[in-house]
Amino acid sequence: MPKKQYGNAAVDVDAEGFLTDFGQWTREIAAAIAKEEGIAELTPAHWKVIEFMQKEFKENGQAPSVRKLNKSGVISTKELYDIFPGGPAKKAAKISGLKKPEGCV
Amino acid sequence: MEDKIKKVSIIISKGGLDGVYPGLILANGARMEGIEANLFFTFFGLDAIVTKRMNKIKIATVGNPGMHMVTWLGAIPGMSAMATSMMKKTMEKIDIPPIPEFIELVADAGCKLYACKATVDMFKLKKEDFCPQMDSIINVGKFYEIAAGGQIIFT
Repeated sequence: MPKKQYGNAAVDVDAEGFLTDFGQWTREIAAAIAKEEGIAELTPAHWKVIEFMQKEFKENGQAPSVRKLNKSGVISTKELYDIFPGGPAKKAAKISGLKKPEGCV
Repeated sequence: MEDKIKKVSIIISKGGLDGVYPGLILANGARMEGIEANLFFTFFGLDAIVTKRMNKIKIATVGNPGMHMVTWLGAIPGMSAMATSMMKKTMEKIDIPPIPEFIELVADAGCKLYACKATVDMFKLKKEDFCPQMDSIINVGKFYEIAAGGQIIFT
């Protein structure tokens, strides 16, 4: 299994760079993945999304859809696309230390 | 990964749930991957963005071999409504939104929605008949202009 170095932490990732062990996730790693994905700084709005995604993942075993994020009142679809440009669900899951979302919507 | 798709323009030409959903899912999926997306609604596909019709789109139970239903059974009054209701429930379970909400979702995701000029003329529709997410009424020439440099998908 490939490893990836973030600062002085080495984490297990899959072929696309998604963490395979959520136990290895830290806020520092999240910030480092975000930088790789073109997000210079994680704002409180980003953190709100990240925390919701992790909570949903713990409860349901999968990352929530864009629709669910919108309906839950965490963030509007427009804003989500704004703050995670170029693929919101995938990027937010990656930064949150979750596996790649499987849903179609 | 060099030849990643950067832009898609999807034509929705058929009415009914089975005519409209595939194009919406393709467009939304494109936006989720960071791909620029346009939707062009033509002929009966136009129902999906007509305010009065978008919430009443059904699945055909007659003349639809995909339903695996003999014609006489599909023709029983209320059969199409029942099949539609069942399908909608299943879709809700797998987190696929009803059509009006889906239109809002793809538009919020940055997909542009266009109505076909020829169909609008044929059905004598006006700009006010469309949902607010509809960007503009365009002809085929304009569609090709908008689609330039990307992939075109016909559904």
